[in-house]
Amino acid sequence: MINLQEVIETNKMIEQENLDVRTITMGINLLDCADKDLSVTCEKIYTKITTLARDLVKTGEEISKEFGIPIVNKRISITPISLVGSACCCTPGDYVQIAMTLDKAAKEVGVNFLGGYSAIVSKGMTKSDELLIRSIPMAMARTERICSSINVGSTKTGINMDAVRLMGDIIKQTAEETKDVDSLGCAKLVVLCNAPDDNPFMAGAFHGVSEADAIINVGVSGPGVVKYALEQIPDANFELLCETIKRTAFKITRVGQLVAQEASRRLGVPFGIIDLSLAPTPAIGDSVADILKCIGVEHPGAPGTTAALALLNDQVKKGGVMASSYVGGLSGAFIPVSEDQGMIDAVEAGALTIEKLEAMTCVCSVGLDMIAIPGDTPATTIAGIIADESAIGMVNQKTTAVRIIPVVGKTVGDTVEFGGLLGYAPIMPVNTFSSQRFVDRGGRIPAPIHSFKN
Amino acid sequence: MTRAIITVVGKDTVGIIAKVCTYLADNQINILDISQTIVQEYFNMMMIVDLTKSVKAFNQLSDELATLGEDTGVQVKCQLEDIFDKMHRI
Repeated sequence: MINLQEVIETNKMIEQENLDVRTITMGINLLDCADKDLSVTCEKIYTKITTLARDLVKTGEEISKEFGIPIVNKRISITPISLVGSACCCTPGDYVQIAMTLDKAAKEVGVNFLGGYSAIVSKGMTKSDELLIRSIPMAMARTERICSSINVGSTKTGINMDAVRLMGDIIKQTAEETKDVDSLGCAKLVVLCNAPDDNPFMAGAFHGVSEADAIINVGVSGPGVVKYALEQIPDANFELLCETIKRTAFKITRVGQLVAQEASRRLGVPFGIIDLSLAPTPAIGDSVADILKCIGVEHPGAPGTTAALALLNDQVKKGGVMASSYVGGLSGAFIPVSEDQGMIDAVEAGALTIEKLEAMTCVCSVGLDMIAIPGDTPATTIAGIIADESAIGMVNQKTTAVRIIPVVGKTVGDTVEFGGLLGYAPIMPVNTFSSQRFVDRGGRIPAPIHSFKN
Repeated sequence: MTRAIITVVGKDTVGIIAKVCTYLADNQINILDISQTIVQEYFNMMMIVDLTKSVKAFNQLSDELATLGEDTGVQVKCQLEDIFDKMHRI
């Protein structure tokens, strides 16, 4: 039988160390909503989402109350819209109509984000994919809760450099279209390599074509809990350090597994995966950077940071895998800048640069995330950054991503405020040497060889 | 059997356990186990209860217990047992 110490430990994690379930995300297949008539497609999409996800928010709140665990976000991911809209969208404006329908559906069911305004163009772009991509700036300006993601490469296909080049322009245009709100549109737009089909986290969530009609995916969190556990063993060697992270990750993930199974049962929708993630928020103590500091670097960015992050990421997975029946999504430690107070402090102290963040993305989940850069950064430089990050993902067979915000009218020394979970960020300097000749070449970078690993 | 864990945390005062127990008895909730300790001068009590015959729905119980706690100056929480079981038992 459960004893008092165990109860106190769990409740302390929740009340003092920010343990929560970060998101319950319902994946919804919209392929059966495709029609050659745009208004019919929109109507079918609206009906399907508002029917399937009708009780999502209410169920999340009930589970939260009954188990006493906060469930921060209830969200929806959908089939990449470039597939659903290909028969009826002839202009970028047509796609914006779908975006507005999705936004309306998200508001109707009460979710705070809906992801899947997406296209998978890792090898080539169809006409429909390109129209969707070109509609992104307008769609981000006219909607509130829609997240967009574009997959531009994979280990099996190589990198679609035409798409990479185009995304440099699209990110700049999105920043311009949403300049009244500090280019917030770019915080809801991510460029990926090796994007998973079952990711519950925004902005990269979409419901892949390999998935069932509807599915429940859950993202766990709890950097504060890991930090607290490590604070109790300040001088431990690596063996004890790793063991402690693993054990803590196990406990955190078990809560996610429980919530996922309950949500799946109550909603009558199959359980998909648990995303084993350490996802920070701007709240004090809810920081991945603070864990790195506990492991022993003065600030993230100091020599040793990449190794510290690598071990953290690996132990989180090792502990989490045993705690959950199915694991997927992005699974690992997230290192966004604006959403993590410790990362912001490191940038402000001069310890952390984009180049070091890039190195860190080689060993952890995802990539360059929520980084504000000067508004006058050229589109070709942004494309260069995307190409670098995609190359890391392609060669290392992992997911990588770029979510950067070229904030219109701001430069190094300024700060940008996104609010809520998106936090605030100092503008980071970008290498000013040109990438133009490289990204303007056109075509694809071939898939890498899978032998001679050196 | 639906089991829940009720925790009471706060400054020790006369009659905390009596009030919670009376409330549970009035609502046909059976107490299976009680334990308590003092952590950093704070009174920590845990009860494992059986909700099977409860005359009230979980939400109402949880809210009423929280209010009862506030009136006495302590925090009373009611959570389904599964969250603790899943976290601490393989």
